[in-house]
Amino acid sequence: MPALPKRKVGIISCSGEEFPEGSVSRMAARIVLEELRPDTTVTLCLPLFLAGNQAERAFAKFYPTIAVDGCDKRCAARATAMYSAEPAHVIVVSEIAKRYPELKPESRAKLGKGGMELARLVAEEIAQQVDEILAKPYVRRVIPIEELLGSGEPGNAAASSLVDEKRSQASS
Amino acid sequence: MAARRDRVLIIPCSGIGKAFGTIGREAAYMVTDDLRKDCTDTICLSLLVMGDEEARKRVRDKAVITVDGCPTACARKNVETAGGTVGAALRVVDTYRQHHEFKPVAIAELDEAGQELARFLADEITAVADKMMEGDHAGTSEA
Repeated sequence: MPALPKRKVGIISCSGEEFPEGSVSRMAARIVLEELRPDTTVTLCLPLFLAGNQAERAFAKFYPTIAVDGCDKRCAARATAMYSAEPAHVIVVSEIAKRYPELKPESRAKLGKGGMELARLVAEEIAQQVDEILAKPYVRRVIPIEELLGSGEPGNAAASSLVDEKRSQASS
Repeated sequence: MAARRDRVLIIPCSGIGKAFGTIGREAAYMVTDDLRKDCTDTICLSLLVMGDEEARKRVRDKAVITVDGCPTACARKNVETAGGTVGAALRVVDTYRQHHEFKPVAIAELDEAGQELARFLADEITAVADKMMEGDHAGTSEA
């Protein structure tokens, strides 16, 4: 029997360079990837969505994702929905932080003990969501070829013309 | 022109998959929070990605230095897409090439080699920012 690719969950962290919560969200994503669920998660780079990276966009179209946002602007969740598909789950660090007011990051550059503890709590919540997502039966997404190829984008001119050609063949 | 140069934005990429992304951010923080904390700042790259109007205005109104961890150059591309002018586009790999005896491995928290590279890069950013604020840095450069 052929080895099938393993189903994984994409973790999309906000960049959040301006605020400590952004640093917490990135650290939490790394803890999940390196320690808690290394075999079942990958990270996706948020700004690559806008830069037009097809691999990042395609992954989030086919595989479940968890958006980890630092603040309630929810850039990671919105960008994932806009450029790929709705994330399976959204985690907002500032909301979790309200439950643990004693855990405060020292600064955006240095999380310190409180910030690291908060990152670990966020990571554990992400890992729990990963398990819940993977425990659900896989539902195959049917994506129209135009949407998948993102017709109109510069890198997809050849693919778009292929779609047009197939359409005209079908109509004639 | 003086108003554009009074405060420089240092915008690192958001890469969390490799050490170079972390090095770029660490270097940016060294400049904005320590070396030139009175005249530089950073903003969330994801806000630019999402077209946040305030973030777009800031990159259009200020001098910008981007710091990218990989060849995709997300920071530079997103600033340009937002209508900002990239005064200098720095790449972590260029710093690494100059100091390849330092081989960073850790990603989440930089090891000593990564910290060292971040310090070199922070010095480069500081030098470029100083030039910009002096007003003698003309045009876009690929550093």
